Amino acid sequence: MPAATARRQSRTKIHDKIQELSWNPTFATPVDKYPTDYTFEKAPKKDPMKQVLRSYFPMEEEKDQRVFGAMDGAVRGNMFRNVQQRWMEWQKLFLSIIPFPEISAARAMPLAINAVPNPEVHNGLAVQMIDEVRHSTIQMNLKRLYMNHYIDPAGFDITEKAFSNCYAGTIGRQFGEGFITGDAITAADIYLTIVAETAFTNTLFVAMPSEAAANGDYLLPTVFHSVQSDESRHISNGYSIILMALADERNRELLARDLRYAWWNNHAVVDAAIGTFIEYGTKDRRKDRESYAEAWRRWIYDDYYRSYLMPLEKYGLEVPHDLVEEAWNRIWNKGYIHEVAQFFATGWPVNYWRIDGMTDEDFEWFEYKYPGWYDKYGKWWENYSRLKHPNGHGPIAFEDVNYQYPHRCWTCMVPCLIREDMVVDKVDDQWRTYCSETCRWTDKVAFRPEFKGRATPSMGRLTGKREWETLYHNWDLADIQKDLGYVRDDGKTLTPQPHMDLDDPKKLWTLDDCKGYPFPSPNITLNEMSDQERDEFATQYKAGGPAGRFAGRP
Amino acid sequence: MADTLSPAQTPTQTPTGRVRSVPKLVFTDAEAGALEFPSSNSRSFNYFKPQRLRATMYEDVTVDVQPDPARYLTQDWVYGFAKGRGGYPTEWTAAKSSDWHWFRDPNQEWEQTIYKNNARLVRQVEQNIANARNEGAFERWSPAWSRTVAWHVGAWMHPEHGLGMHVFVPAQRDAPTNMINNAISVNSMHKLRIAQDLALFNLEASEARSDFDGRAHLEAWNDDPVWQPVRENTEKLTAIRDWLEAVVAANLAFEPLVGELFRAGFVMATAAANGDFVTPTIMGVAESDLERDLSYTKDLVGGLTHDEEHGRQNIQLFGEWLSRWIPESLNAARSLAPVFSEPEHSPVTFEDTLARARERVREILGELEIPTPKELDQ
Ligand SMILES: [Fe+2]
Ligand SMILES: [Fe+2]
Repeated sequence: MPAATARRQSRTKIHDKIQELSWNPTFATPVDKYPTDYTFEKAPKKDPMKQVLRSYFPMEEEKDQRVFGAMDGAVRGNMFRNVQQRWMEWQKLFLSIIPFPEISAARAMPLAINAVPNPEVHNGLAVQMIDEVRHSTIQMNLKRLYMNHYIDPAGFDITEKAFSNCYAGTIGRQFGEGFITGDAITAADIYLTIVAETAFTNTLFVAMPSEAAANGDYLLPTVFHSVQSDESRHISNGYSIILMALADERNRELLARDLRYAWWNNHAVVDAAIGTFIEYGTKDRRKDRESYAEAWRRWIYDDYYRSYLMPLEKYGLEVPHDLVEEAWNRIWNKGYIHEVAQFFATGWPVNYWRIDGMTDEDFEWFEYKYPGWYDKYGKWWENYSRLKHPNGHGPIAFEDVNYQYPHRCWTCMVPCLIREDMVVDKVDDQWRTYCSETCRWTDKVAFRPEFKGRATPSMGRLTGKREWETLYHNWDLADIQKDLGYVRDDGKTLTPQPHMDLDDPKKLWTLDDCKGYPFPSPNITLNEMSDQERDEFATQYKAGGPAGRFAGRP
Repeated sequence: MADTLSPAQTPTQTPTGRVRSVPKLVFTDAEAGALEFPSSNSRSFNYFKPQRLRATMYEDVTVDVQPDPARYLTQDWVYGFAKGRGGYPTEWTAAKSSDWHWFRDPNQEWEQTIYKNNARLVRQVEQNIANARNEGAFERWSPAWSRTVAWHVGAWMHPEHGLGMHVFVPAQRDAPTNMINNAISVNSMHKLRIAQDLALFNLEASEARSDFDGRAHLEAWNDDPVWQPVRENTEKLTAIRDWLEAVVAANLAFEPLVGELFRAGFVMATAAANGDFVTPTIMGVAESDLERDLSYTKDLVGGLTHDEEHGRQNIQLFGEWLSRWIPESLNAARSLAPVFSEPEHSPVTFEDTLARARERVREILGELEIPTPKELDQ
């Protein structure tokens, strides 16, 4: 017990005092490591962030103790006797991705600190930095616990390697790399805070946990709610900065550009992943449980778009109404999440988790929540179940189930799954496919050193070997799997499996079952075509779907 | 197992009579050991080599979270800067390593240690201040010492803040591995925390004593000639582009020559003789932070000087950096000489203290097998 009680100094005095720490340098100024095209000369003074480390550290320590207590409890209480494998398997993907965006957010903070001259916001950003170190390591620890206590550790055991080399990794990686690279404000404020944190952490950290609980996992909610409780501070960091940016009219065009890019990319990436986890990773088919679309409408459309973004219009923010509506249209009318889940399941042989098939009970729920679902997707999932055990046939991607393997979107790297929306364009001397007009615009127009006639020398670039399939063009499937390292410790059984049946070794696919299937790269193939072939291909591709059907083959 | 209910079949009768839809727990037996199959016992992260036989918790939650094209990142970074590669380019420091991923933080910092340590330290500081206040300790300071605390100890909050916010926070963006960046980010929080503690201590003193000028530190830092070289040194540290040069210049030159000289060499050595038992405890906390921060810095720098391929060039490079930054910090230290003779009771002399600070640098560099730059003796 403390011998003397700490008398609390008044909060206002404390905050005023902390503002005395910064000064105007006269000998040398902090190095401009991370350029931005935004200007903050006219930025108004903001209220100081209420960040006092004296209360921050004990507060977070207490939150940690609750998390660690819950972890001990879950292990002692045999939580894993009640978790659904269908759900846990998708955590192998989710928890391989998410610690990276978290740590990237930590690394992004100096970009914002350096870009915004007002010291009032610096403290809040520095505290966010260490919050993000907390989030990243707390999530790694959760995954470690899963690896130790869940029935099938394969896939958790190679987690960070697999995230780096798998066919879905880049999809998640943008949500992270996008925070730390390119124009400092585009990255660390608009992409990270204004869109990723303010809009999409709701689906990540609120909708995901409740679905986890419904699948017997009450640890993920404990950890992620603890993470989410730091988020409102981060959201106000971003809000201060966007208000400062709006104060200077020269920034408005850039803000409009960045909001379009960031909104669309976050939608493409986060809705793809989290939508799939929530709709296809759950066993909870109560009709009154919220579907991802319903959650999206509530959290993102109503709470974010209508209550957060739209009020910023009066300060001069150009809100991308059309893209918000189109994102909803993709989710609700164009089957975005179903198409993505189907793509993931098609690609099961080159990932590192097991994907459960859908049953009649699932069909019924999907039909109820998304009327018309069965006619589009039911048959393919029936084929998936039919082909789930190795029995002389190939993995579903190599069997004739009327599924045209999709082309990747060069920008968001999710494939062009809504076939009619695919755009083909020659950019930087290469034929590229895009899932949507906005993704084409992002590559061809937004991420360029000039925008609407003005120089944007700080804007980032899209780089890397963006089509995963290019790395393995026409390799044999079994060689790809070996190269990726997605093989279990007997040296032959695959880490991924298209089912949950661990009880019988004969049901498990091995490298041998995957020999003799060459895996071509759609983009290389596209670039080998003549102009006429390419036009024909595009017309045919766009006439295909839904559910990946070939044009003219119902 | 086949006849278990699915969560959907669960309209649940509650004791209150209301029917609620609640997902029902299902017995799945999905716990470790329920079945044997290939990899059913593969329960460790197998993509990195632990430093010792078994990976520590710290390694498990830290290694490879920041990916690297030199390891598994086959598609490379998918965003780039307008002028240069994205991700964490190794050319952001002039130092070279044959494998940056060798480094492990000797403090093994991760979520749990960060919050435990820092929470413990803030509680310690708060408790010391509360005790001092309740015992009327502030009132017992002589007016001269009170001025020293307001003016000089007050001024010291600024370099702590400046280093935390504009040297270490930016440096943690840049290093090629998560292990290095996390160690640096913890370093930055130490600095920012101590800066705030000093500011709030200053507030406390100004509430306890009517002659304590709570704004004097601003004048001292901005205008007092005694402090200008320290400010200049601090500001110049924020202007370094190379993240490792910044860490080396801050932790191996500025900290021993200026930081320790002032915090331990002056405040901790002088305060008690002037009836002040509380200020040294705050500085003592900063000193214990420094031990941790030095420890990771030494491991990092030492690893690079012992790099089989690049060790020799690294030693030369660190020598150049130190030849540039040691004079800067010696100059800052010397400007503080008058501070040592201000208090009524001065049990230490500036020259002895500076000699010890130099000795400390010599010791550290000796451990790292970096030749002591001649500038240290000038
Ligand atoms: Fe976070
Ligand atoms: Fe796209």
